[in-house]
Amino acid sequence: MTQINTFRAGPDERGHFGIYGGRYVAETLMPLVLDVERAYAAAKADPAFDTEMARYLTHYVGRPSPLYFAERLTAKFGGAKLYFKRDELNHTGSHKINNCLGQILLAKRMGKKRIIAETGAGQHGVATATVCALFDLPCVVYMGAKDIARQAPNVFRMKMLGAEVRPVTSGSQSLKDALNDAMRDWVANVESTFYIIGTVAGPHPYPAMVRDFQSIIGREVREQMHAAEGRLPDTLVACVGGGSNAMGLFHPFLDDPGVTMVAVEAAGLGLDSGKHAATITGGRPGVLHGNRTYLLQNADGQIEEAHSISAGLDYPGVGPEHAWLNDMGRVQYVSVTDDEALEAFQLCSRAEGIIPALEPAHALAHVAKLAPKLPHDHILVMNMCGRGDKDVFAVADKLGVKL
Amino acid sequence: MTGRIARRFAALKTAGRGGLVTFVTAGDPDFDTSRAIVENLPEAGADIVELGMPFSDPMADGPAIQAANLRALKSGASLARTLELAALFRARDADTPLVLMGYYNPIYAMGTERFVARARDAGVDGLIVVDLPPEEDEELRVPARKSGIDIVRLATPTSDDARLSTILASASGFVYYVAVAGITGTKSAGRDSIAAAVARIRKRTALPLAVGFGIRTPAQAAEAANLADAAVVGTALVAEIAACVEAGKSGEAAEAVLSAVRKLSAAVRAGKG
Repeated sequence: MTQINTFRAGPDERGHFGIYGGRYVAETLMPLVLDVERAYAAAKADPAFDTEMARYLTHYVGRPSPLYFAERLTAKFGGAKLYFKRDELNHTGSHKINNCLGQILLAKRMGKKRIIAETGAGQHGVATATVCALFDLPCVVYMGAKDIARQAPNVFRMKMLGAEVRPVTSGSQSLKDALNDAMRDWVANVESTFYIIGTVAGPHPYPAMVRDFQSIIGREVREQMHAAEGRLPDTLVACVGGGSNAMGLFHPFLDDPGVTMVAVEAAGLGLDSGKHAATITGGRPGVLHGNRTYLLQNADGQIEEAHSISAGLDYPGVGPEHAWLNDMGRVQYVSVTDDEALEAFQLCSRAEGIIPALEPAHALAHVAKLAPKLPHDHILVMNMCGRGDKDVFAVADKLGVKL
Repeated sequence: MTGRIARRFAALKTAGRGGLVTFVTAGDPDFDTSRAIVENLPEAGADIVELGMPFSDPMADGPAIQAANLRALKSGASLARTLELAALFRARDADTPLVLMGYYNPIYAMGTERFVARARDAGVDGLIVVDLPPEEDEELRVPARKSGIDIVRLATPTSDDARLSTILASASGFVYYVAVAGITGTKSAGRDSIAAAVARIRKRTALPLAVGFGIRTPAQAAEAANLADAAVVGTALVAEIAACVEAGKSGEAAEAVLSAVRKLSAAVRAGKG
């Protein structure tokens, strides 16, 4: 591992984490992106912003989310002591609301009149639609046509919340194309519109800003673990698509050398199949959607379609800070297949009475490999970043059950 | 020695007229048709040829140019093939400036130094990389300028005075004014808004100024070329290709584009003098 004083100082003033990150956007957007950066810096320095955020997080989202000792799975795995950070219990069912709340408060401060967002699994779309209802702002959510078909419950939820869901039929019709169309909307509506990006990617300041809003997860775990065990955890595990729940859990612990961190990517049908979404494991650095990061791409630099059973991980890029943490050796990046995630999905449902989203089911599938090899006094925390209600139709279909 | 871009704008000035910049995507709908289009553009009246480098995710482009990118990629286009097309163009035409326009990732994948060397050998004069703002473009700009290739910067309706200074500080060749905030081929800007922007940019740079985005008709092209130094037409030409492909008559795409260019050129040439 490269020796540096801190892993928590990034990004630099232009948004770089090592060679990653930055601001690769069309010139029309540059002034706006710089505005967002200035506004966010001002908000961060304003205690009133913090107070307002804390009030909503407590009384609207329901934070802190519990840190739960998964006793039955711990016994089943027979090794490490397993805790779940229960962010699936948040209002709207995932960690996405933490970030949406922060960004919409910022949008209000900036006087923006309209919100747009992209979504894959629909969790970020639902969270965005939710805060837009709460703050009475019109909301347009871009969603790949393929994802609309496999995440029907979330599409309906967004509509109930008053959002307009715009199907994206270009390219692979999934998250990457939803991002393209959201950026096209943004560039045409720069004055009025705030783009709530759902993950730790995009042009600076988004990766750092989304990480900051999600870091509440790791800060709570620190406190809760201190209360529960009187010490720091040994290993943190989280799934990674764009990587916002993982950054949120990891960031407060990056400078604790005793804490091992594992990020789990989606291996789809297998890394060798060419049908996967394991960007760091199977990709290489490139530039897309406003930042330099690892991408799934061909030799010519054309972006390839990702594949995962989980719509939330089905993205050919990853947040730039993850790219950097990988290169620095601070976080370990592994991958888990569709089938392994599906098995973990069922295991968790029966063993703990918690139906996980397919995204954290990937994290759990890796925990299932890791935990048995670790001693009983090893403390492992997994981020249960979303609940599985939205996935029941897709899983039933996969298991050959007709609903 | 000044480059082809500077020489061409100087010649236009002497002739007392604005120029026509034509955009098509390289390899759209296939390499041979695209070659037949590109090689004949100067004869049809294009003063500067802009060639799109196909990319899977053209975020700043509207549906027409998105489709053009995908048609090209589907028929085997790549950055290497685009450079081949550039070289073929240059072999037939020593004077018409050739500008490549596209997104950064394919260039980054090839390696900026290697790309610049190959572009120089192919006779490329300028580069427009849509998602590479001045803050991030040093790794391409430095080798490109060393090879005599201009980095053409975009100014937009959202560029305030401070931003214009950043954009113009290391601009070369010409400045491309994006007349509407948005993607290609959608809205059109009014005459007054273009005129005001041109005046504002002219105060800050001596570089020639081309205006693009939303310019479709010969009349619009003539007006924009009149207000600035050149007008860029892209989507309207790409739409000619799409219409032929959709009608199952790809063989007629070249003539359709060239015929449209002749009309645009006639209007632009009649516009001043």
